[in-house]
Amino acid sequence: MSVVTLTINDELVSAQEGQTLLSVLQERGIEVPTLCHLDGLSERGGCRLCMVEMEGSGRLQAACVTQVQEGMVVSTHSERLVKYRRMILELLFSERNHVCAVCVMNGHCELQWEAAKIGMDHVRYEYLNPDLPMDASHERFVVDHNRCILCTRCVRVCDEIEGAHVWDVMGRGVNSRTIVDLNQPWGTSQSCTSCGKCVQVCPTGALFSKGATVAEMEKQHNFLRWILDGREKKIWSYENGK
Amino acid sequence: MPKVRFATAWLGGCSGCHMSFLDLDEKLIELADKIELVYSPIADAKEFPENVDVTLVEGAVANIDNLKLAKEIRKRSRLVVSFGDCAVTGNVPSLRNKLGVDDVLTAVYHEGPGRHPTGGDEIMPQLLPKVLPLHQVIHVDAFLPGCPPDPDRIWAAVNALLAGEPLVLEPEMRTFG
Repeated sequence: MSVVTLTINDELVSAQEGQTLLSVLQERGIEVPTLCHLDGLSERGGCRLCMVEMEGSGRLQAACVTQVQEGMVVSTHSERLVKYRRMILELLFSERNHVCAVCVMNGHCELQWEAAKIGMDHVRYEYLNPDLPMDASHERFVVDHNRCILCTRCVRVCDEIEGAHVWDVMGRGVNSRTIVDLNQPWGTSQSCTSCGKCVQVCPTGALFSKGATVAEMEKQHNFLRWILDGREKKIWSYENGK
Repeated sequence: MPKVRFATAWLGGCSGCHMSFLDLDEKLIELADKIELVYSPIADAKEFPENVDVTLVEGAVANIDNLKLAKEIRKRSRLVVSFGDCAVTGNVPSLRNKLGVDDVLTAVYHEGPGRHPTGGDEIMPQLLPKVLPLHQVIHVDAFLPGCPPDPDRIWAAVNALLAGEPLVLEPEMRTFG
């Protein structure tokens, strides 16, 4: 594989051809916020938090869906980018009912933490306060649309890793909703294997285990690496601490 | 050095932020040397006074009394701080926003036991159509998130404000919830 050289924040960097810009940033410890990205799933470029500036292009590019190119000149933390990232987070908070104080994921939520990291101490937009349902018809899990940010990690993990494709997205724009099968109660789904992968990858309190109350839900993503290492590299066991 | 004229106010909230403020414990003694508490739910003052230097406001703006007090606070304070998630985001009180005032009153009072207040009768202040964060009603100078903000956050914020510095908290100290 050939090597390409690019400039990131005024520093020359080499990367493998075909790598995404986001993976190069992460390798080099340059932290850009992400929500829809999850190591082990396909990229979606939906949340737009990892947007970067690129010389010669007026448009901002999402680093997760941009491949590195020879001679690329990239800036990751300009004033404009930080301003837009904060705006995106504020819009996410205003669009649905993210009331952290009474959320199962309080203290463990990726959305809550990204907001704190970027310095979002209040939301300048009007809250929409939509009237959204919860579906607790599944034996073990609950979906709360009030907390959903439409990152589609659930859709991708169910399709790509579990192979069931129970989840999908219905509607457009502000009316978009994640749905089960043909938009039916989760508990009536015949394709759902109840594996719980969607719950574990969900960054917010939109998907959680039944019985969890405020701040009790914690999620872990390690299983994705284990499954993919087994499938792709035939690694089935890990040394202690790996 | 003259003492800072300091106030705290309680709008639509549970008073948990004030409880957390009291959890400053022995630091309150240190604070008492620097401030004069001119208005607070824990002080005996009926009217919000003039010429206040710093006011911490707990709670969302849920009814016309909250709205009136918020405007008074703004007029008479040099610095207004949204104190806790209800003031900052609307938080738990704003959960009623998707229901509409009539439906809320019907569910809680008309269909509940006993006589119901009607609102607007000067006994119960009329509810606003939507519960609002403080900054949507008046200009707010600084934000202190948390439900409630724990005493460490409050101490960091109060010290910055008394020193006349901008309120910039560490990420761990500015999470909602």
